[in-house]
Amino acid sequence: MNRALVAFFCGLLFGAGLIVSQMSNPAKVIAFLDISGQWDPSLALVMAGAVGVFALGYRLALRRGASSFGGAFSLPRTGRPDKALVAGSLLFGIGWGLAGFCPGPAIVANSFGDPRVWVFTAAMVAGMALIRLFRHRSAD
Amino acid sequence: MTIVNFTPVSALLGGALIGLAATVMWWMLGRISGVSGIVDAALTARGPEITWRVTFIGGLLGAGAIAILVFPNAISFNMAVGFGGAAVAGLLVGVGTSLAGGCTSGHGVCGVSRLSVRSLIATAIFMAAGFLTVFLVRHLL
Repeated sequence: MNRALVAFFCGLLFGAGLIVSQMSNPAKVIAFLDISGQWDPSLALVMAGAVGVFALGYRLALRRGASSFGGAFSLPRTGRPDKALVAGSLLFGIGWGLAGFCPGPAIVANSFGDPRVWVFTAAMVAGMALIRLFRHRSAD
Repeated sequence: MTIVNFTPVSALLGGALIGLAATVMWWMLGRISGVSGIVDAALTARGPEITWRVTFIGGLLGAGAIAILVFPNAISFNMAVGFGGAAVAGLLVGVGTSLAGGCTSGHGVCGVSRLSVRSLIATAIFMAAGFLTVFLVRHLL
């Protein structure tokens, strides 16, 4: 229960950050990615602000040994970069550049009422399911 | 190159809020705030591991709903693609983030903060691909 509430509050805060910084506006994202001609560098500062805060918070938390409600700190897969990382990031970057949406802002924008966002999100989830299916098949 | 529509204050403030949310998730739940991973796992996880993921997504949706209901005039939102473009881009983002194990939040914010080599490489690649794609679509096609 505590974990669910904390996660909900964090989702709200995360979403507020995406809206305040205008990362939830695809046109603003595209204006950042469009460096030739007229350039809007704002999103570089979104990244700087987020990394600045989390780099500090991440390290301070690690000193505590464990999280408040979730037990041990759970780190993502480590190891050497592989083909999937490179190919996946490439495909993701192309999709991001096409629509101006990455997953977080896309989820937030589902509430804005534009059906094109729902289509984007459905296709994104389908893409994730597709990879999961292939991984499952190849593991059998 | 000319600089246009630069909004440094709201960008830094919004970024700090994102970093704060990721810090609380890490501090309290011991989890990395990677949205693509959370969405992906929310579809397949079972038991207690699904609940926090679903409520996190609910929070993201809630932020959007509150914003559009309370401050409708303050929200600037312009889609860059039609239905077909949205479907193609969405599929690329879903497949890509699944293969890469992360997106702008998991790799770009959290991984870069941790100085994870995988995340630094992923971020460099998806940024470069984003810049190139926009250049091709907006200036060459």
